[in-house]
Amino acid sequence: MAEIIELEIPARAEFVALARLVVSAMAASDSNLGDERVDDLKLAVSEACTNAIEAHDAAGSAERVVVRCKAGSGALEVCVEDRGQGFDPAQLPDHPPVTDPDRLKFERGLGIPLIKALVDEVEFSPTDRGTSVRLVMRHIADTAGRG
Amino acid sequence: MDLGLDVEERDGFAVLSVRGEVDVYTAPRFRERLIELVTEGKHKIIVDLEGVDFLDSTGLGVLVGGLKRLRSHDGDLLLVCTQSRILKVFEITGLTKVFAIHDSVDAAVGGGSGGGASA
Repeated sequence: MAEIIELEIPARAEFVALARLVVSAMAASDSNLGDERVDDLKLAVSEACTNAIEAHDAAGSAERVVVRCKAGSGALEVCVEDRGQGFDPAQLPDHPPVTDPDRLKFERGLGIPLIKALVDEVEFSPTDRGTSVRLVMRHIADTAGRG
Repeated sequence: MDLGLDVEERDGFAVLSVRGEVDVYTAPRFRERLIELVTEGKHKIIVDLEGVDFLDSTGLGVLVGGLKRLRSHDGDLLLVCTQSRILKVFEITGLTKVFAIHDSVDAAVGGGSGGGASA
C-alpha cells in the first residue's frame, strides 16, 4: 500500500526549505533510493516549489502550495500543486549557448532544465486552479539502463 | 534558515565564503553581498562554495549575475567547489563552461580564470 504525505505550505520563500526537508526525509527512508538520488529529488522539489511560489506571487494568490509525496511500489512520486495563473514549459525561451557572452544575460530559467535532468519523469499539467508538477523517482532496480 | 557570508582579502582577491543553503529565500542576501563588494570596488572575487549544503537555480542566478556585473568592470568571479552534489548543478546547466571552478582558494588565487572548470 502506498504511503502518502501531504504538506500545505504558505506560498512564501522561507517555506521552500521545509518542503525540501519533508520530501528528502521521506525519500531517505526509502531504501530503494540511493543518497545521490535523494539529493536529486530534493533539488527538483526545491525548483518546483520555487516556481509555484513565484506563480502565486504573480497571481496575487494567498492560497497555499500543496506538496504531495507518495511512496509506492517501484517509485517515489512528488506532486507540487500551485494556484497560479498556469504555466507552459514549452513557452520558456531557449538560453544562448554557454559559450555565448549573451548567456550571462540570463539569470533565470535554469530551474526547469534542472528538474528535467534530475528526475526520471516530470509532467507539467494544468489544473482548474493552476499547475501541477509531478516528479517521479523510480527505485534503483527499476532504473537499470537509465542514462 | 541560516546563510553565512564571510569576506576576507587574499592576494588582491575578495574571498566570499558561503555557508548553508542557497535557495529562493536566502539568495537575495547572497546577491546583495556580492553587489556590495562590487560597489566597494572589489572586482576580483572568489566565491568559496565549500561550506554550501544546498544550492539551487536561484543561487546559480546570483552567480551568473555577479559574473556579468564583474565582467562589466573588467573583473572576474572565480568559484571554489569540490562537492560533487554542488558541482553537478553546474554540470547539468553547462555553467562549468562559464565559471572557472577551482579545488581551493589557493588554486583560485594562483590560477585565475584561464583554466576553466576543474569539474
